Amino acid sequence: MEKKKKRLVIRTIILAVLVLAIGYTVYGTATKDKVELIAVGSEAPDFTLVDLNGETHKLSDYKGQGVFLNFWGTWCKPCEKEMPAIDRQYKIYKDQGVQTLAVNIAQTDFEVQSFVDRYDLTFPVVIDKTKSVMTAYNVGQLPATLLIDPDGKVVKIITGEMTEEKIASYMELVKPK
Amino acid sequence: MSLIDISGNLLFVAFIAYLVATLLFGGSIKQSNATGKNTDKWGKLAIIVTIIGFLSQLGYFITRWIYTGHAPVSNMFEFTTAFGMFIVGAFILIYFIYRLTALGLIALPVALLIIAYAAMFPTEVSPLVPSLQSHWLTIHVITAALGQSILAISAVAGLIYLLKVVDLKKPSKQRFWLEAVMFFLVVVIGFVIATSIFSGMGYESNYTYVDKEGTERQITYNMPPLFGMNEYKAVEEHGMSPLVEMPALINAKKLTTVVWSLLVGSILYLLIRLITRRRISAMFQPFVQRVNLHLVDEIGYRSVLIGFPVFTLGALIFAMIWAQQAWSRFWGWDPKEVWALITWLFYAAFLHLRLSKGWEGEKSAWLALIGFGIILFNLIAVNLIIAGLHSYAAS
Amino acid sequence: MENIICACGHSNPYGTKLCEKCGRPLTEEGKETKVVDMRYDGMAIRSKTYNKTFIDKIWNFFSSVKVGITLIIITLVAASIGTILPQEMYVNAPEANKAEYYEKVYGWFGKFYNSLGLSDLYSTVWFQVLVGMLAISIIVASLDRGIPLHKSLKNQRVKRHESFMKRQRIIAEGQVQNPDATLDKVEQKMTQLKYKVRRDGSALLAERGRFARYGPYINHVGLIIFLAGVMLRLVPGFHVDETIWIREGETRAIPGMDGYFIKNNEFTLETHDNKPQGEQLAQGVNVMAKNYQTDVTLYKQPEGALPGDLDNLEKVKDYSIRVNHPLKENGFALYQMNYRLNELKQMNFNLVSKANEEEALGQIEIDLTNPKKEYDLGNGSSVEILVYTPDFSGFENGEPQTKTSIPNNPAFLFRMKTPETPKGEVSFVEIMKPPLEPLGENKYRMKFAGAETRDSSNFTIRKDSTVPILFVGGIIFMIGVVIGSYWNHRRLWLQVEPDGRVLMAAHVNKNMFSMKKDLDAVTSFAELPQYEDQLEKPEDAEKSEKRGIKKKEGDSTL
Repeated sequence: MEKKKKRLVIRTIILAVLVLAIGYTVYGTATKDKVELIAVGSEAPDFTLVDLNGETHKLSDYKGQGVFLNFWGTWCKPCEKEMPAIDRQYKIYKDQGVQTLAVNIAQTDFEVQSFVDRYDLTFPVVIDKTKSVMTAYNVGQLPATLLIDPDGKVVKIITGEMTEEKIASYMELVKPK
Repeated sequence: MSLIDISGNLLFVAFIAYLVATLLFGGSIKQSNATGKNTDKWGKLAIIVTIIGFLSQLGYFITRWIYTGHAPVSNMFEFTTAFGMFIVGAFILIYFIYRLTALGLIALPVALLIIAYAAMFPTEVSPLVPSLQSHWLTIHVITAALGQSILAISAVAGLIYLLKVVDLKKPSKQRFWLEAVMFFLVVVIGFVIATSIFSGMGYESNYTYVDKEGTERQITYNMPPLFGMNEYKAVEEHGMSPLVEMPALINAKKLTTVVWSLLVGSILYLLIRLITRRRISAMFQPFVQRVNLHLVDEIGYRSVLIGFPVFTLGALIFAMIWAQQAWSRFWGWDPKEVWALITWLFYAAFLHLRLSKGWEGEKSAWLALIGFGIILFNLIAVNLIIAGLHSYAAS
Repeated sequence: MENIICACGHSNPYGTKLCEKCGRPLTEEGKETKVVDMRYDGMAIRSKTYNKTFIDKIWNFFSSVKVGITLIIITLVAASIGTILPQEMYVNAPEANKAEYYEKVYGWFGKFYNSLGLSDLYSTVWFQVLVGMLAISIIVASLDRGIPLHKSLKNQRVKRHESFMKRQRIIAEGQVQNPDATLDKVEQKMTQLKYKVRRDGSALLAERGRFARYGPYINHVGLIIFLAGVMLRLVPGFHVDETIWIREGETRAIPGMDGYFIKNNEFTLETHDNKPQGEQLAQGVNVMAKNYQTDVTLYKQPEGALPGDLDNLEKVKDYSIRVNHPLKENGFALYQMNYRLNELKQMNFNLVSKANEEEALGQIEIDLTNPKKEYDLGNGSSVEILVYTPDFSGFENGEPQTKTSIPNNPAFLFRMKTPETPKGEVSFVEIMKPPLEPLGENKYRMKFAGAETRDSSNFTIRKDSTVPILFVGGIIFMIGVVIGSYWNHRRLWLQVEPDGRVLMAAHVNKNMFSMKKDLDAVTSFAELPQYEDQLEKPEDAEKSEKRGIKKKEGDSTL
């Protein structure tokens, strides 16, 4: 009887392991194609990029402040639309400890500068010449916005265009308490 | 004479040698049937001629390799010819294990048909696209062809087994299908005849047509067009116009070739039946009367046992290594790959059925024939029909 | 489920076909047949012994070889269905339009095929479950058979009962003069033939190639390792599969390969200088490529550097990536996959007076990767770029728009200053189109004066940590198949009674042909009575063959 019991346990374990493995495979294949940005709640990867004025911006330098990190390109219509709104909110929140950083994806200085001039943007715009920050953040679609709290954690990720109202509420979200 | 001419001549010599050897094997069996003895000079002579033919074809293979600078397995003509050569090689190997003359009587004609079929494709030396410039590809293709040809011997043994065992006097499913196999072989001859005649006449008709993605293309028929391509327009037409227009999905040129082969093959088959007043299977039957069924069954099984590991190595493992290098993934569910897997699964099922379910003798013989059918399907249909949709040559 | 007590007194587990100790057939069927079923040496297959709980029932289901073969056949058929139409990954249509593509190109059948999910068959849940069930079947069936077989082979006795020996395919019976000498001679010959010989009184067992019986189990282990490797690819970190487009002259971070950068120095496309022929014509290949090659430089950031920090990049190596020759570094490999030729890199314009277009006031060269705001032509003339759109798509509220950041259709809004027109004239220039003059008729215009282009390469970046596992699985599989196919397990049992009565039996799991050679040798050497093959008795060859199929289910044994 002891032997039979042992055998039943072994069989159960083997079958359970195999069924789990198949389940994992099915699940893994189904979710394989979903491109995900870095996980909410994780540490935002640090980076360093140079803005149009030649100043270097390092994400970790803004520890203690909230960061509104926006990835964009001049050809991207939704990016273009939300930029002025971001600039207005930037002016309100920069003194409350929320920094805005706009990361352009590998365009020429000329294009980015003319864009900034046209909309009279005042927040720092950095250019990711080699797409290395874009790669580190796994950004696929533009615009993509990441909200980083004063501790350097990613609080929220938004892909797609935002209204000014939303932008304000997001900046409020990462404002240092 | 340049190297490529020498190469061509060697192939021709091999072809003739196989033909002569087939007749010698037939004679050897006839003689031993008549005398009741197995010690015969004919049989020895037959295997010697076979070996001469094989060496000559090996010479073709090597000289062509030297001339082109790459292994001559890179297009339909080269690969199929090599496949024929390996079948003869596998036959010689098995012959020296079991010394069964009847094997030669079936194996050599099959090899002859395959080589003749190969010769219907363009024989020009063509350079390689980058993805094919790989040593692993050479190793993979040669090993796979070797494995397939050893597996083919099991079908040869299976055919001998069935020729002896199936009762041709009473109508039965077995009798029908056995004759169907014979008919298929005659259709291959039909293809060879039709292609040779039309290319001997230098037949050519040109058309434009619209392919399935809507682009206009040109096509050249080398046989009188029975079927027209989608929305075809004649550019330069000879003899006849297409009888029926086909939708874009169907390659009417290939369909024309198939139908011509079937036509010529059927006529040929009917002629044979009318002249001999017998089924083709019945014509072969006297030659296999004296074979030992157990031995034939064992040869069939043994060829699968020898061929299966070689096939696995060549068609799956080496193929994966090459694919990993050339395409960055070891497996891509490409039709050619899938059919190699299907072949492998089929022979795995064959072995399991034999080992655990006792499928021996006749069942095993039928399975061996089906297996060879899958191999041929992979060679002919996947290359010409399915691969047309996603061809290795496309990139 | 009671144990079966054999006539010799040994207690065998339920399901045993041949007594573990003496070899007597224990089933009615076994007693009736002339040749016993030697699969698994007559041991009880475990699954057949217990069949009580739900788990046992599932276990027994997968333990059946019949189920295994059925699964193989279903997989085979399913796989072939996937080749009827090309799979989605090979279809040349954007992801979103694939369903339409199937309907457009293949009609109702294409729609049907696509809607059933057959166009992406190999990643469907049911196909994966099918392969998974096959894996379970392989594991369970092997465990159930391999373990008892191993036990049985390990505990083989030399002396077997007459009823066992007489039911082997090969038997010999007769008389010899000198029993001990016969046994000695057989031992001598069989040892010479590389058999392992054991003796027990009047009995002798000669055995060779026992390991061949383990071949199937070894190859099954290899298969399972291989499948496990395939599964592991889904675990994050084991498998990287990224893609990157990079133009000549650009440096890019390599996705998936943190800290590495790649610079495209030059792309080369070489073609065979031959006319396409035969098959190539049929396949619509016009010019055959000989080589695609990208000369690249691989860089690495110093340890601890942040993304975006391009100072102090360390050069790792220069390499020419070609098809079949990927760049390999640190477990990653970069493959040449695709290319695009002739993207605009630089555009040249002459500033000319409309009155005299032949005489230029000067030429500007606009580097599209870094356009300048103003180009001074000297002699008081200059050109200012007010707007540059790389991929002009039309105006919106008077502003020129760009579709992408790629210079497919560059357009410029210039301000041209000359000594004659010091305030400047504004002209909108789109490639291949006459200039637009929004602020009224101009005296001057920008005349296109040539361009420079560059190519871009597409690489796939792969890291596959499962490859070693797959490789090990493949090798083990091959070893198992080769062992199981090229070797066989041969056994000879001999019993010589003191009175000279001889009983010999032989068994081989496959390839009786070569076993008979050994038997012939030993028979003539030790002057044994001539053996007979019970399946080849001429008088009832046909009958025994049919019975062979029906009752004993094959003499070939795993």
